[in-house]
Amino acid sequence: MIGGLFIYNHKGEVLISRVYRDDIGRNAVDAFRVNVIHARQQVRSPVTNIARTSFFHVKRSNIWLAAVTKQNVNAAMVFEFLYKMCDVMTAYFGKISEENIKNNFVLIYELLDEILDFGYPQNSETGALKTFITQQGIKGQHQTKEEQSQITSQVTGQIGWRREGIKYRRNELFLDVLESVNLLMSPQGQVLSAHVSGRVVMKSYLSGMPECKFGMNDKIVIDKQGKGGTTDDAGKSGKQSIAIDDCTFHQCVRLSKFDSERSISFIPPDGEYELMRYRTTKDIILPFRVIPLVREVGRTKLEVKVVIKSNFKPSLLAQKIEVRIPTPLNTSGVQVICMKGKAKYKASENAIVWKIKRMAGMKESQISAEIELLPTNDKKKWARPPISMNFEVPFAPSGLKVRYLKVFESKLNYSDHDVIKWVRYIGRSGIYETRC
Amino acid sequence: MTDSKYFTTTKKGEIFELKAELNSDKKEKKKEAVKKVIASMTVGKDVSALFPDVVNCMQTDNLELKKLVYLYLMNYAKSQPDMAIMAVNTFVKDCEDPNPLIRALAVRTMGCIRVDKITEYLCEPLRKCLKDEDPYVRKTAAVCVAKLHDINAQLVEDQGFLDTLKDLISDSNPMVVANAVAALSEIAESHPNSNLLDLNPQTINKLLTALNECTEWGQIFILDCLANYTPRDDRESQSICERVTPRLSHANSAVVLSAVKVLMKFMEMLPKDLDYYGTLLKKLAPPLVTLLSAEPELQYVALRNINLIVQKRPEILKHEMKVFFVKYNDPIYVKLEKLDIMIRLASQANIAQVLAELKEYATEVDVDFVRKAVRAIGRCAIKVEQSAERCVSTLLDLIQTKVNYVVQEAIVVIKDIFRKYPNKYESVIATLCENLDSLDEPEARAAMIWIVGEYAERIDNADELLESFLEGFHDESTQVQLQLLTAIVKLFLKKPTETQELVQQVLSLATQDSDNPDLRDRGYIYWRLLSTDPVAAKEVVLAEKPLISEETDLIEPTLLDELICHIGTLASVYHKPPSAFVEGSRGVQHKRLPARAGSGESAESPEVGQSGTSEAPPAVIPSQGDLLGDLLNLDLAPATTTVPSVQPSMQMGAMDLLGGGLDSLMGDESDTLGGDIGGSPSMGAALGAPAAMPAALSNAPAVGGGLGDLFDLGGGVGMPTGFYVAPKTLFLPAMKAKGLEISGTFARRGGIIQMDLSLTNKAMSVMTDFAIQFNRNSFGLAPAGPLQVLTPLTPNQTIDVSLPLGTTGPVMKMEPLNNLQVAVKNNIDVFYFSCQYPLSLLFVEDGKMERQVFLATWKDIPNDNEAQFQIKDVHLNSDAASNKLQGSNIFTIAKRTVDAQDMLYQSIKLTNGIWVLAEMRVQTGNPNYTLSIKCRAPEVSQFVYQCYELVLKN
Repeated sequence: MIGGLFIYNHKGEVLISRVYRDDIGRNAVDAFRVNVIHARQQVRSPVTNIARTSFFHVKRSNIWLAAVTKQNVNAAMVFEFLYKMCDVMTAYFGKISEENIKNNFVLIYELLDEILDFGYPQNSETGALKTFITQQGIKGQHQTKEEQSQITSQVTGQIGWRREGIKYRRNELFLDVLESVNLLMSPQGQVLSAHVSGRVVMKSYLSGMPECKFGMNDKIVIDKQGKGGTTDDAGKSGKQSIAIDDCTFHQCVRLSKFDSERSISFIPPDGEYELMRYRTTKDIILPFRVIPLVREVGRTKLEVKVVIKSNFKPSLLAQKIEVRIPTPLNTSGVQVICMKGKAKYKASENAIVWKIKRMAGMKESQISAEIELLPTNDKKKWARPPISMNFEVPFAPSGLKVRYLKVFESKLNYSDHDVIKWVRYIGRSGIYETRC
Repeated sequence: MTDSKYFTTTKKGEIFELKAELNSDKKEKKKEAVKKVIASMTVGKDVSALFPDVVNCMQTDNLELKKLVYLYLMNYAKSQPDMAIMAVNTFVKDCEDPNPLIRALAVRTMGCIRVDKITEYLCEPLRKCLKDEDPYVRKTAAVCVAKLHDINAQLVEDQGFLDTLKDLISDSNPMVVANAVAALSEIAESHPNSNLLDLNPQTINKLLTALNECTEWGQIFILDCLANYTPRDDRESQSICERVTPRLSHANSAVVLSAVKVLMKFMEMLPKDLDYYGTLLKKLAPPLVTLLSAEPELQYVALRNINLIVQKRPEILKHEMKVFFVKYNDPIYVKLEKLDIMIRLASQANIAQVLAELKEYATEVDVDFVRKAVRAIGRCAIKVEQSAERCVSTLLDLIQTKVNYVVQEAIVVIKDIFRKYPNKYESVIATLCENLDSLDEPEARAAMIWIVGEYAERIDNADELLESFLEGFHDESTQVQLQLLTAIVKLFLKKPTETQELVQQVLSLATQDSDNPDLRDRGYIYWRLLSTDPVAAKEVVLAEKPLISEETDLIEPTLLDELICHIGTLASVYHKPPSAFVEGSRGVQHKRLPARAGSGESAESPEVGQSGTSEAPPAVIPSQGDLLGDLLNLDLAPATTTVPSVQPSMQMGAMDLLGGGLDSLMGDESDTLGGDIGGSPSMGAALGAPAAMPAALSNAPAVGGGLGDLFDLGGGVGMPTGFYVAPKTLFLPAMKAKGLEISGTFARRGGIIQMDLSLTNKAMSVMTDFAIQFNRNSFGLAPAGPLQVLTPLTPNQTIDVSLPLGTTGPVMKMEPLNNLQVAVKNNIDVFYFSCQYPLSLLFVEDGKMERQVFLATWKDIPNDNEAQFQIKDVHLNSDAASNKLQGSNIFTIAKRTVDAQDMLYQSIKLTNGIWVLAEMRVQTGNPNYTLSIKCRAPEVSQFVYQCYELVLKN
């Protein structure tokens, strides 16, 4: 299991050091600094073995988190734990920075004591932790016996993510379907790979221990229901349903029920959390198409023309559009003409950045640029990195639709109809690239 | 909230000041001081001098302060054991606190203080906490047992904590169950043989129930523990799989990977024709793909594991090639791993896409990545024949870029492509030759020289090219020198007239001016070959090379199986068994995949191809009459005179040396040829044919194999002994044969099988006209010549004869397999006896398999054909044993040492072409070896094992 956990700043100074196992000595702290942080060559693996000691590291801005072990630990678990540790810290004091870590080092030690015991991760749900570890010192001395046992049963219980006795005057929930659409397209416009990775994020402000059921236009479910109804019905709904390649759920979802009936039922944590993640690859709506044209005019000049076309309902508006056209390292000057938005050559980033605030569906826009090059002796050709794009659209490119989210709370007197529900779809660009 | 100020106290006299503050009356000041102490501790300052003062702050109601003091204690108690005892009272008191959080805190901290005196006091509170009414305390206590065990294992056993821990597996709270499982698993690891984690269907059921309810981390503990269980049959295995599959949709990647581990392992037991087996295979792909959308570090772990899964079960991900395409922004470690998997998944169906991708990659920035991409293009050419042409043209395009490392990498892979498709792409040689000057890496230079030598007849100025390399001969690396030597000899054999001077020059450079023994020896061998028999030299040096294998970097099958049992862990990331990086004995026991259940067997067992044994008609032992008939039909001409010479009895020593030396040199050469592709085409094959050898060496090849790769083994322990010949045994007593007594034994000498017989006349009259005949037998053994009894056998005289045997006689399966029925005739009568020969008689000299072929074959032969044996009381180390075995044509191909255990991989070829593969485990200090034998004809395993026994014990 995890033998120790260290946090370093970018200089390699230790900010937090907690050793859980006897086989990890103080020299391990230095070994990591010398061999990884100060390594002459950039380290090429997130797992490093130095003198039979294994170091797992992740970096958040310029802070290094390293878990150390001498055993054959579950590597996936160690990384998941490090991410979780980052989430917990962020939930407590915001951004992970040297300043924040130094300011909260007592709290961090307390958390580390609680969520990692002898190197075994324990309950690390922020919701539960916040009931007894707070920034204002520890509660505890003033708690009643009932409160204490409520804390412990929540931390260890089946529903460790939610405490009893939550009350809201207004029962309300928000569902955000956040998708990022990824594309790799060849210069000829052929889709090399495309997938949507989506998340359903839920903010719940519900009283008691509500039992929820979530439904979406999952092809498997719709097809199953379609069999019961008329064939005509099935054909109609078949069009609207989507094929989900795979999905994963927050630990509140009953997985065995999903496996057998494909129904998503759960008791949600209070506040914001990620209900599910999913991935689709079929019938993706690609919101934009990028058509590049690069021409080398002699050895010292490049002509670039890029057309973007929006491909969705004209009534919808895409926002925050940004097209990034890479330029060679030996670029000496750039002249840009664009029909819409603003374009600028950014020498420090070796790219032309073209920004458009808003663009409706079924429109087209174009940019052309002349790039002057300095002559070089470098024999190696310019690698031509792909043209990348960023945007945000108000629909789900995968075609996912929320069909229902039913809430049942038998003990309290509110019903599904009393809950105010909000649904929002946002499609963003993931890695959306076109080779040129 | 600005705790950062505690980090900034660096002035002198700090400790003294802190001491004063710690003893202050004001609570706030005390707390501040403790925080400063902890901050100093964190940055590595020694604040142990403050021990008594800090411990004094322990008695407080302020929980925050208490936790800080505990933190200090955990760090320094070990260095101040006597002082630490001061804290015991507070701990014991806290363990009785009404607040469960404080009870748990106390027991948790106490377990972390590794001081004997404190652990004594820990026992009572721990016992109470294990039975505490609050689950939070129980789950903490469960882990504490593991802590205590780490400090004092005996104490834990004596106090009976293990039983209490086992009871906790049935606890009502899922987190308590999970922590108990984790603690027990850890303790069990240091007691490999204890039955601590007594996994039976009832406990498994409890675990599976808890699995649905506990935290994500608990699920990991439980799944990892489940993976150690071996179900009783395929039905239990299926029912566990069914209950584990829902975990594949968990958001936590570690839960998913641990579930994959359980499924991959238990799947081994499911019959392949079962519907559920197919369903399971389909269910595995999507979650594995989803892992690739996790954070990069986890992607890396996932990819390393997928690499194993693809090798074990390629069918799972064969349609998912696209997801492994490299993204521009992937970190380099993810890129390299993806590339690896792409090559493994490349097939005819997706090769066009793969190639287009690889071409893109070859223009990227990172040198390692580009090199690997270029190499991958070559691999594709070798793997998918249809794409070879496109790959070659892609490589040529890349060479045109003139980027130095791209060109060099391309040349190295083109060499392999030439090997795979001879006489197809040689037209590109001209382009390659243009780049000769830019090659500065040894591997690329060696590859280029190999190409020039191999195709010397097509390159007009081959002599000039090679001569240009010769100028700086002594500055080249060994690899290049050896290659240059061979290439020039090849050139000479192809164009003897123009290149005599060149070959003289290189031979003298290699033999006289070099102090590298390998180079010198190879030079001498060539020299001698060329001067004695150029025709033979041609056959040896220009021999046809065996094909190179398609797959590379395959992990050895046993290691692969072991790594599959470690999916998700560090072992699977390093692709090494835990013993390679974990100190001590903890958790390094070898794990094995379970054996497939009986039901699926028939569907799987392959048709035995070449083996004569299993295709032979069912064994019918012929009646005496038949045998008699057979024999009488034969022409039993009196063999008194016709053949004059007796087989020369061979002097082995000297010839062994020559033969062995030669063989290993050739092997060595071909190794460098094969280069990194790992195909080591054995030149030894060419040596197998005695005709190819110069007269002086004519006896060598036969025994040469015996030395095979003496150098490869690195042991150099000494000469292997020759074939073990058992002492003669009585075959036919005089009483049964009217006074003729026959005893004998079998031997294999220089590739020739001989039956050594002693004939004794115990009758009163002279015996003449001896003849011998065999009944049909399993391997077609038959006399290759007449029985040479030249003079009449007078009473009381004994004659020793050697009867050469061939293996081309009629075949019939015998029972036992190695039974031989013999008829001997003399002037008095015909006598029958049966005897058994050691199977090693049939082990041929060229039975050394290439490593790659071995790996593939081992994988190919179903596990059901594996037989395991124990060889007891052998007092040899592994090198000596493998030397000894080599004398009997049991060849060691590779040796792997895993924590004091040597694994020898061996191959044997029988005269009828059956290959037998074996894995022998030798543990230092343990006289018992474990032998696993795999063969397509499993009937022979038993007899092969007997040979091992025989050879090793004599």
